[in-house]
Amino acid sequence: MSHPASVIAVEGLSHSYGRTLALDGVTLRVPTGALVGLIGPDGVGKSTLLSLVAGAKRIQTGRVEVFGSDMADQRHRSAVCPRIAFLPQGLGKNLYPDLSVRENIDFFGRLFGEPAGERARRIDTLLEATGLAPFPDRPARKLSGGMRQKLGLCCALVHDPDLLILDEPTTGVDPLSRRQFWELIERMRARRPGMSVVVATAYMEEAERFDELIAMNAGRILASAAPAELKRLTGQGSLEESFIALLPEAVRAGRRALSIPPRPSGEHEAVIIADGLTRRFGEFVAVDGVSFAIERGEIFGFLGSNGCGKTTTMKMLTGLLPASDGKAWLLGQPIDAANMRLRRRVGYMSQSFSLYTELTVRQNLDLHARLFHIAADRAKSRIAALIKRFGFGPYVDQRASQLPLGIRQRLSLAVAVVHEPELLILDEPTSGVDPLARDSFWELLVELSRRQGVTIFVSTHFMNEAARCDRVALMHGGRVVAAGTPTELVEAKGAADLEDAFVAYLQSAGGESSNLVSSPPEPERAAISPSARVASRAGFSLGRLFAYSWRETLELWRDPVRLGFALLGTAFLMVVFGLGINTDVNLVTFAALDRDNTPESRAYLQEFRGSPYFAERKTLTSYDDLDRALRSAGFALAIEVPPGFGRDIRRGTAPEIGAWVDGAMPFRAETVRGYLTGLHQQYVADLAATAGNRPASPVIETRFVYNQDFKSIFAMVPGTIAMLLAFMPAMLMAVGVVREKELGSIVNLYVTPVTRLEFLLGKQLPYVILCLISFLTLFVMAVFLFGVTLKGSFWVLLLGALLYVTAMTGYGLVISAFTRTQIAALFVAGIMTSLPAVQFSGMLAPVSSLVGFPAFMAHTFPAMYFLRISVGTFTKALGFQELAGSLLALAAFIPILILISLAFLRRQEL
Amino acid sequence: MQHLANIFWLGTKELRSFSRDFVLFGFVIYSFTLAVYAQAESPAQEAHNSSVAIVDEDHSALSRAIAAALLPPYFSPPTEVVAGHVDEQMDTARSTFVLDIPPHYERDIMAGRRPAIQVNVDATAMMQAGIGAGYLQQIIAREIARSATDAEPSQAEPAKLAVRVAFNPNLTTQLFNAVMAIIGNVNMLAIILAGAAIIREREHGTMDHLLIMPLTPFEIAAAKVWANGLVITVAVGLSLWLVVETLLGIRIVGSIPLFMAGVTIYLFFATAIGIFLGTVARSMPQLGLLFVLVALPMNILSGGNTPLDSMPTFLRAVMQLSPSTHFVSFAQAILYRGAGIDVVWPQFAVVGIVGGVFFALSIMRFRKISAAMM
Repeated sequence: MSHPASVIAVEGLSHSYGRTLALDGVTLRVPTGALVGLIGPDGVGKSTLLSLVAGAKRIQTGRVEVFGSDMADQRHRSAVCPRIAFLPQGLGKNLYPDLSVRENIDFFGRLFGEPAGERARRIDTLLEATGLAPFPDRPARKLSGGMRQKLGLCCALVHDPDLLILDEPTTGVDPLSRRQFWELIERMRARRPGMSVVVATAYMEEAERFDELIAMNAGRILASAAPAELKRLTGQGSLEESFIALLPEAVRAGRRALSIPPRPSGEHEAVIIADGLTRRFGEFVAVDGVSFAIERGEIFGFLGSNGCGKTTTMKMLTGLLPASDGKAWLLGQPIDAANMRLRRRVGYMSQSFSLYTELTVRQNLDLHARLFHIAADRAKSRIAALIKRFGFGPYVDQRASQLPLGIRQRLSLAVAVVHEPELLILDEPTSGVDPLARDSFWELLVELSRRQGVTIFVSTHFMNEAARCDRVALMHGGRVVAAGTPTELVEAKGAADLEDAFVAYLQSAGGESSNLVSSPPEPERAAISPSARVASRAGFSLGRLFAYSWRETLELWRDPVRLGFALLGTAFLMVVFGLGINTDVNLVTFAALDRDNTPESRAYLQEFRGSPYFAERKTLTSYDDLDRALRSAGFALAIEVPPGFGRDIRRGTAPEIGAWVDGAMPFRAETVRGYLTGLHQQYVADLAATAGNRPASPVIETRFVYNQDFKSIFAMVPGTIAMLLAFMPAMLMAVGVVREKELGSIVNLYVTPVTRLEFLLGKQLPYVILCLISFLTLFVMAVFLFGVTLKGSFWVLLLGALLYVTAMTGYGLVISAFTRTQIAALFVAGIMTSLPAVQFSGMLAPVSSLVGFPAFMAHTFPAMYFLRISVGTFTKALGFQELAGSLLALAAFIPILILISLAFLRRQEL
Repeated sequence: MQHLANIFWLGTKELRSFSRDFVLFGFVIYSFTLAVYAQAESPAQEAHNSSVAIVDEDHSALSRAIAAALLPPYFSPPTEVVAGHVDEQMDTARSTFVLDIPPHYERDIMAGRRPAIQVNVDATAMMQAGIGAGYLQQIIAREIARSATDAEPSQAEPAKLAVRVAFNPNLTTQLFNAVMAIIGNVNMLAIILAGAAIIREREHGTMDHLLIMPLTPFEIAAAKVWANGLVITVAVGLSLWLVVETLLGIRIVGSIPLFMAGVTIYLFFATAIGIFLGTVARSMPQLGLLFVLVALPMNILSGGNTPLDSMPTFLRAVMQLSPSTHFVSFAQAILYRGAGIDVVWPQFAVVGIVGGVFFALSIMRFRKISAAMM
């Protein structure tokens, strides 16, 4: 199967998620150099198809060829992937929010192995062409949605791809930015006529400009033709109507044109009033003196480019965010976060889904009914009515996370109106929802407004939605630049429709629009020949590895809190543990019960009272006292001198002293027992010496090797270093990969030439260096703060530390590659590190005395080996030769852990 | 009444989310079964299975008797090494103790001379080294005395000392270690579960949603406390029953209901500080590091691993503010000494008060984080 004229050839492609079939035997071809659009409602398989073509997902059944290479074959996929660029769904999902505009593009350039000079030149050209040139240093996090999509495009184009795959690139982007985006695509295509572009979109008006359209529904292709041809075939005037005509009868059945009955005329009270609302974040003014009044029962639309302050305004109205200046009233009452009664009359739906995705549809509705204290019987009928009205029938027991986007949005609305609020505040409720679903959503809104008199304040990017509102306000740069009925606004600008009027308003308001630079098309540069790029993926590339290291370092650098915790935090813990982990028992609190009270008994107790290790805290008078001292007051030791002790000593009838040691803390009890026996023997020896006879006791020379004074600091400080260097690298690294999984940038691993090994090692490298710096800090503290001198070789210790932190970051990588959520990664890292690093490393008890599972844990965890090196070099004065075994063991962990991480990390999404 | 209903229903939501995360669930089970068992069986606090090597240059009945007297559970069977290998044996941490019995030792003893037997102790193996060295001295002295009784009757001691160990006569450490393992895992779980739940609600935008509904921050926080607390209390109860009593076969003298009451109060504190950290950290990676900074000292310096009395005074004072210290203290009092509520109530109170402070702090921070997210 080879079609030289087709860029993409798909045959019999099917894909399912569990029991849901997303693609059902799709066959299609995309010709070279064309702009092909993929249209259809949500959840019909558009994204799945594009991910499979881009190589981000593993193919289940069927065949995908791109540039004549089989995408199921890893080697072929690697060979063609440098020629493909993929922009996944979701605004800037594959971008790195903490990196600046320029750094983001630079990172992608590095991944594709472009030399520095070439990269810089291309970035300049791209920034110029997209109008991003004035903000090369702005972090991606602070870009508006439109700018973010342009940046995504720059990143996709930096390596001159032959095939550009864009998944809903303009969803959630305002009309002006959308227009600029398509102009940009046109310019790029003019410059590189050989480049093919495949785009999925939910905006039918955009589809008009495509060369060819592929209409999809329910995992199948309905039709494939040029836009004009499609309209001709279906006999409809607009693409939207044509698409609906293509749908099966059953889907079309419930549909009717949305009609909005006029609002009853007459005086209406204003229920939302904003007066000079202002919100500042530091220097930045997000909302600047916004005023409006919304009447009861009105549908009030809120328009504006991304990041213009719409969401901030809405948050101030809900009381989530205090206003810096200005005032606002809801339902005649000033906004007050503590006003619970007011909150019960308002419904809110935020931009991000305000649902609990792990609960089912019914559980979500139930929970909200309960939280709003709707009486049980009323709640039951209300929920039943909502389920019927919103069409949740088939989904009632599905978890919200499994619902198609459109249904999920409907559920969010249902949840927001469960308590029949008088006022609804909806922040971009239909973003990313297909036209059919949006229409049915608006039917619900109209019904609420016209039949029940609910006031609706809604923000949107869709102009046809804005046209349905009674009045709209247009926001830009934190100010309201225009307000009125849609017709008034169109007339005021003399525009053809609301979209043109909107663009005109924004352009006259200035700002981002002025950056629309139409640079003259440059002559096409000599493109790198495909064969050269094919070679660039082969084998292992240090360049790509460093690209990841560089990026990770930048992110770490931009997060001073994390950096500070990692360095100062370890130093802090070193101080605390260096002082606190001390096993020298040098203060035994005791209580004495002297029932004899003779010079002899006092002499006996004097042995204890005079010892620096014992401190008498209480003199007892009875057995009850003694019992209480042990049971409640927590004395380590109680001593009873029996009556007649002095007399018996004098007679030589060997009286018996009673001593009770508190056994609740076994280690202390053992030590106290040792001290006690020692002092008693001392007393006996003194007694014998005064009597003149000295019993012959055997000579046992106890040598405390390595640490003559038997001071715990010389063992515990090197041990603490080993313990801290286990936790920090593991915790830092554990979220490294799983975070990219959760936030979406992992897709870059799937679709760029970077290999898994380059990805893992590249991410690991900066943390290894950070942990080495941390080690040096700890070392300096050990020597100068705690006075633990290094008796052995520094270089062996340093080598050991290097191997150790590499192994421990590798351990974190394994956890990160294995888990799916950051919570699980943190918890697993914590639980799997604490036992072997604290209990079984040899710091508290020698590993040689462990058996069974603890021994197994100790030997399969790096801490024990480094502890030997740390204690060995600090206190035992050992060198390379003696520690070679431990060094070797540490070194062996590194490749093993990397291999395990590789095994857990997927090359493609399943 | 409405407050209570809100707290109850919000909490059921937490329980539902928790039961869906299978990896998390699996590791919770691990941490209260296998991890507790492993730590209970490890000899951190005693001379247990200590490794001894003997350089026997005497090869006499006495030297063999000494070697044979080094018995489990205190010592693992001694290995014999030649004189030149003493350093190596200790450098590689293979043996914590090396006995050196010089040539003609027995003969010298019998002749009434006082030859020296050498006990080399790896003084970096702190707790075990100290206790084990004491044992070794007693054992050697006993063996020598036993072999010498024929030669010369021993002298009667002028005074005897009867040492009784109260509450834990055999000084077994299993229960102690098991309880320390449980408290360590309680800290870890409560802080991570509650803290991460807050961060997740913030990242997914549901925190805003909660703050807009007719719910007070108090209700939101209280729901998290009871739901997470319940999961962990049940885990602790099961762990005590299945692992400690059934698997390890330890009979607990003290009142288990009283101990569980203490656990519940402690969990109030632990989830409260978890929520507080969740409102302080801005992202999961930050929470992870904060967790290490807070939970590690709380666990290690609570008096469960090393004696509190040995810490510098100011650190000991600081640790008195940490509820983990009081937890260890009341756990010992209840489980070993059979103490009643009349004895442990001050500790319960301190844990509750510190928990209340963190609970109040988190509620105060709830609204701030919504603003800070912008």
